[in-house]
Parts: sequence; C-alpha cells; structure tokens
Amino acid sequence: MARKTSSTKAKSTDQAALTPISGEKVIACEGLSLTFETADGPVQALSGIDLDIAKGEFVSLIGPSGCGKTTLLRVIADLEQPTDGSVRINSMTPNEARLKRAYGYVFQAPALYPWRTIAKNIALPLEIMGFAKEDRAERVRKGLELVNLTGFENKFPWQLSGGMQQRASIARALSFDPDLLLMDEPFGALDEIVRDKLNEQLLRLWEKTQKTVVFVTHSIPEAVFLSTKIVVMSPRPGKIHDVIACNFPKDRTLDIRETPEFLDVANRVRQGLREGHSYVD
Amino acid sequence: MSIEAPASRGIVARWTDGQTIPVLIVVLVIGVFWYLGAMWLNADLQRDLFANGGKTDYTTAELIEGTLSQERPKLPTPGQIIAELQKTVIDTAPTSKRSLVYHGSVTLSATVLGFLLGSMLGMVLAVLVVHARSLDRSLMPWVVASQTIPIIALAPMVIVIMNQFDITGLVPKSIIAAYLSFFPVTVGMVKGLRSPDPLQMDLMRTYSASRMQVFFMLRVPASLPFLFASLKVAVAASLVGTVVAELTKSEDGGFGARLLAGSYYGQTIQIWAALFAAAACAWMLVTAVGVVERGVSKQMGARP
Repeated sequence: MARKTSSTKAKSTDQAALTPISGEKVIACEGLSLTFETADGPVQALSGIDLDIAKGEFVSLIGPSGCGKTTLLRVIADLEQPTDGSVRINSMTPNEARLKRAYGYVFQAPALYPWRTIAKNIALPLEIMGFAKEDRAERVRKGLELVNLTGFENKFPWQLSGGMQQRASIARALSFDPDLLLMDEPFGALDEIVRDKLNEQLLRLWEKTQKTVVFVTHSIPEAVFLSTKIVVMSPRPGKIHDVIACNFPKDRTLDIRETPEFLDVANRVRQGLREGHSYVD
Repeated sequence: MSIEAPASRGIVARWTDGQTIPVLIVVLVIGVFWYLGAMWLNADLQRDLFANGGKTDYTTAELIEGTLSQERPKLPTPGQIIAELQKTVIDTAPTSKRSLVYHGSVTLSATVLGFLLGSMLGMVLAVLVVHARSLDRSLMPWVVASQTIPIIALAPMVIVIMNQFDITGLVPKSIIAAYLSFFPVTVGMVKGLRSPDPLQMDLMRTYSASRMQVFFMLRVPASLPFLFASLKVAVAASLVGTVVAELTKSEDGGFGARLLAGSYYGQTIQIWAALFAAAACAWMLVTAVGVVERGVSKQMGARP
C-alpha cells in the first residue's frame, strides 16, 4: 500500500506537470512566475510553476511561510496577476473564471461581515449573484446543514466560536455551488482539537460534494490526511519542489494517521520540505 | 466602591455603585467655586453701589449678600440663572418674544435644517472622495481649508449676499450651520468608507461584485459607526453655527439674538440663561443622535 501511494512520485517539477491525470483538467498552470515590486526592490514570489489539477482532486499546497503557496492560490483566484506564464481554469483565464464565479474562496480568517447574521453572511454571495429569494433561503438552509450550523442562522458572528465562524465561511463559499473550492489555510488559526474535527468534516464534505479543492496549509498531517495530491513548495523564489500522490480510501477517519502508510507519506513530505531548505533559515 | 455586601442590591447600593455620587460631588464642587467666584468678582461693583447709595457702614454679611443678588452682576450665581430660566422658560408664554422656548425653537429649527443639509453634503463629499482618486486630491484640501476660516467672519457675508437674492429667514442660518457640520461628517465618513479590511474587499472580488454592490453591502455598513460618531460632533457644531448666524441676523430671534441683546444691555443673567438653554439643546440633539445610533447598531448585531 505504501509503495503504491508513492509510485507516482515525481522528482522534478517538469515531471509533475507531465504526470498523467485522469479526467478533465480544472486548473492548468504553465511556467507561472510572479514578481512583487516592493519598496526594497523586486521580490520573486513564484518561479516557473507548472501544475495541473484534475476534476475532483483534493490538492494541498504545503511549504514554509514565504514559499508562495498563498500567492499561487491568489493567482488562481485572480486576486494577483502573474508576471509570466499562464493559468487556465476550465480553459478560462482566472479573470474570466472569476467573472463566471467558478470558484469559492475560503480565507485564513472567516471574514464574516459582523453586521450580518450567519444566515445573511452565507446568503451574501447569493445576493450579489442575484439568486431568487426562495432559492437563497433554501441554499442557506442546505449550507447550514452541510457545516452543522443549523440553529445558528440568526446569531451574529461574534456569538460563535472561531471554528464555527470558519465553518460558516465554508458554507458561504459553497452556497452558490462552485465546482472549485480554494482554501487558504482555513484552519490555521484554530486549535488542534477543533482543527482535527474540521479536517474530518471537510473530508466528508468533499466526498459528498465531489468538488475540486485546492488547499493551502503548513501542517503535514493535515495535508496527508486530506489530499489526493500534495504539492511541496520551497521558498525564495517560490517553486514546486515535489508532487506526492496520496490516495487513501475516501472513507478514511483520523485513525489513519497512526498507520505506517500514512507516516510513510508524511515522511516524504517532511523530507521534501527539508530538501527545499525550508527549515534552514 | 460600596462597602456593603454585594448581595444587597438596595437603593443605597445603586446610588453608590452608579455615577450618581461622583456626579453630585462634581456639581457640588463647581457650585462652591462658582459662588466664591461670584462673591469675588462682584465685590467691587457692590462696594461702588453701597458708596453711591451713601452707605458706608455695611457689614461683610451685607456685602456678600449684595454680591449674590445684583441685577447686572459680572458673574451671576447659579441660583440667579435658574430663577431666570424658570421665568423665561416656564412662566412666560412660549409665543412671547421674551420666552426662551420661543428663541430655542427658532434656533433648533435652523440647527436641525442645517444639520440635515450639512450631513447630507458631508456624506456626498465623502462618497466622491472615496470613489475618485482625483477628487481625493483636489477636493480634500478645500474641505480642510474651509474650516480654517473663522465662522464669525464668514457668517455676516453669507447673510448679506443671500439677502441680496431675497433668501432670508431660516435658510441663510441653516447654511452657516451646515458649513460647520459637514466637515466632521466628511472626515468621519471617508474614514468609515475606507475601513473595510483587505480580506473583506478580496471576498467581494471573489464574487465579482460590482462597485455598487461593494459600496452598499460592504462600505456603507462598515462606515456607520464612524458616521454616527461624526454626526454627534456635527449636530453640536450645527448649533454653534446657528447661534453665530443669529448674532448677525438677530431680528429673527434665537439664542444668538438673546446673547446679543443681553450683551447690549449688560444683562449678564440673561446671557448665562441663554447659554445654559443652548447647552441643554445641544445635549438633547446629541442624545437624539445617540438614540438613533443605538437602534441602528442593535439592528446590526453590535455587542451589547
């Protein structure tokens, strides 16, 4: 089993891009680079990123801070503009994809609007996109159910715990049913117990909804537990160091983290991070 | 503060725990100093009065009593001011030109109209400044410069010029009130409209929200706490503007006219009574804005 999961191991980024992917491509990055102009001169955040993500995959971007994993996600979401290379989302440019509302984005912080109730927060994208009122109510109800927040619809964000707030923000991102879910360290600010629980819930949600997920994290166990593919990134300049396939059964639970197969993949990720000099400086 | 057991929440505890005692102490201290000040400031005049009356053998007690009951003292006592207020607010018919209620209503109507005009102008300017970078650069310096001109110099000119165009009555005074009240609204609202954090803005971008949607669903609600703080300043400034305008345009009445008449005839008690009445009106206006604010923030789920 352990051998099998590592069998698609790709040593270089070139090979990663060439790794055969079953199903249609949702995201295709080619030679992607991004340089920020800062007061202290240009900073290369991304360099030569080649990455393909197929429909229904759960891909984690992992790396130390400054490796460009959030920047890569923001480029995909059209929140940053690449300086070189191309990105296609369902064969569209990020801008077209954003205008078509092709993805839901979950930020590091819940970013709920404090003057809206939880239900109204979940309805925010629906209001913006002009969904009919009855449809909105139905989608909000489903969303609350999906993240186990039924009964909290009329609470304001400050009345909920951090984990519940982040769950509400996930329901908000899924409310208009995008095929692609972009998540930027969504559980980074939560304690480990809550994080474990949400990881399990997120996995069930992914299984149930069949979404394609791109998930930024700096937690190795989180990445291994959730992903079908782990993209290990290294900093200065941000590039892809390794791509590790990771196909545990879909109905896995947190117990899997004790198995040798799990530890094997986790070790490979740790090894990759180390080779990327991530912990040296 | 209370020495009693916290379990007994009697009327005494409510007094000692709340603001009542500190407020009373402050009022008492001010009162004592006020009376002492009145005695000291009015003593010279009282000695002259005694001298003119040919009275030379007055006692200290008589002198003190005299300083506290002059008709035109340099500093009237709180008692004299309260008596004047009672006479002009309660005992005089509100329709009479000697009634402070009449003058108050004149001032308040111009103040409220000016406040509405000013806050409207302030909000419009803020929206323009936030949405057009060029206006931010070109408009803001003028907005700031407008407040460096002393209103007391500007008010007569505005009234004279508007009189030329047959605009009289409430409007010229309201315009001067608006001139003072738009500024805090613009400054506060600009700050408020710019208060959403980058994350909240990015969220709107991921939904491809239009500028209008970002404005009404994010910027406006985020700006409301800032707006209300500004409105409280603006409504008080509006009252000041109206009173200044009434100094120039005293034939219509109002607190300003009262102050002017009082200073013409040396009616210091009348001046102080008008001041206190104006302060009470300003307090009422600020409180009214506060009540609206509390209602709105409750709707918006603010923490109690």
